Amino acid sequence: MEVGQLQRQFVEHTASMFHEGFLDGQFSQLQQLQDESNPDFVVEVVSLFFQDSERLLNELTRALDQKCVDFKKVDAHVHQLKGSSSSIGAQRVKNSCFNFRNFCEEQNTEACFRCLQLVKQEYLLVKNKLETLFRLEQQILAAGGSIPMME
Amino acid sequence: MGLAKESQFHVLAVDDSLVDRKLIERLLKTSSYQVTTVDSGSKALQFLGLNEDNQINSNQPSVSPNNHQEVEVNLIITDYCMPGMTGYDLLKKIKESSSLRNIPVVIMSSENVPSRISRCLEEGAEEFFLKPVRKSDVNKLKPHLMKTKDNNHQKQENKEASETTEVPPPPPPPPGPPPPPQQSSNNKRKAVEAEGLSPDRTRPRYSGLTVV
Repeated sequence: MEVGQLQRQFVEHTASMFHEGFLDGQFSQLQQLQDESNPDFVVEVVSLFFQDSERLLNELTRALDQKCVDFKKVDAHVHQLKGSSSSIGAQRVKNSCFNFRNFCEEQNTEACFRCLQLVKQEYLLVKNKLETLFRLEQQILAAGGSIPMME
Repeated sequence: MGLAKESQFHVLAVDDSLVDRKLIERLLKTSSYQVTTVDSGSKALQFLGLNEDNQINSNQPSVSPNNHQEVEVNLIITDYCMPGMTGYDLLKKIKESSSLRNIPVVIMSSENVPSRISRCLEEGAEEFFLKPVRKSDVNKLKPHLMKTKDNNHQKQENKEASETTEVPPPPPPPPGPPPPPQQSSNNKRKAVEAEGLSPDRTRPRYSGLTVV
C-alpha cells in the first residue's frame, strides 16, 4: 500500500477513535509530549497501560470470584483502572469505571460482575484500535512517509 | 559576573501508578527538570534521607540545602491516593522535618474533593493538581522552585553586596545557621517574581535515575 493511502487510513482511524469517544483530549496531550528525543513516548505509555490494565482486570476477576467479596479491594482496583485510563485518554474505559465504583459501594456482586464484563469489553476495543493505530504508524514510517499531524 | 553554569532543578515525583509515573516524568523532563520517581511515600522518605524516627540518617544522602551532599531535591510532587502512606501523610512528615520542611510540596489527585484540597493546602502544600496532570500545571511549578532558589541565594547575595565588584564570587557558605524563615503561609500560593538567577554554586549533576 502506498504512503498516501496509509496516511489517509491513519487520519480516518484516529479521527474515528476521537469521534466515537474511545479517546479524549488527554491522548492528544500524550502525542504533544512526543518529540524527536522521545519518539516512542506514546507507544511506551500505552504499553504500560495495557500491562497495568491486564493485571488489574485479572485481579478484579479473581476478587469477584471469591465467596466473600472484598469490595474495598475491588473498589481500589477499579479506582486504579479509572486513573490510568484517564491518564492516557481512554475515555470509554474510564467512563465504564464510574458505575462500577457505585456498585462496589452498594456491595452488589451481580452488578459488579456485569460492570467488569463491560470494562473488559471496552478495554479490548480500545486496545485493538490503538494497536491498529500504532501498526499504521509503523507502516507509514517504513514506507518512508511521515505521520500526519492531527488537528 | 562570570558565566552561570546550567543548573537544573531536581524534582522527586511520588506515585504508585506506573502509567502516571511515566507521564509525570515526561512532563517534568520537558520542562528541563531532573526527575526521580518513586512508587511510595516510604520510598520517598528513604530517598530524602529520613528514617523511621524522622531523623536524618547521616549514612544516606541528605537533602538539606545547607548540606553539600550528593542529592538535592527542589520540589516534591506526590499523588494523594496511595496505599500505605498517602500523599497527605507524606506531606505532613515532610513539613514536620526541620531539614525538609522548606522543600515545596505539590499534591496530585484524580478526585476533586474540596475538603481534601483545603486540608492539603493548610498543611503546607503549594499547589493541588487534578489528574490527569497537564503541561499547564507543570508550568505552575516554576515560581515555587524559584522561591527556594532565591532563599538559598539570599545569604549569597547579601554577602556579595558587601564586597567590592573586583572580588570573584565567594565560595558557598559553610553549613551554619538555618536559612531565613520562609514566607508566611499566606503567601504560599502567590507566584514569586523571579529576580534573576545567579547560581554561583554548582548544583551537582544528577543522572535522573528512576527508583521504582
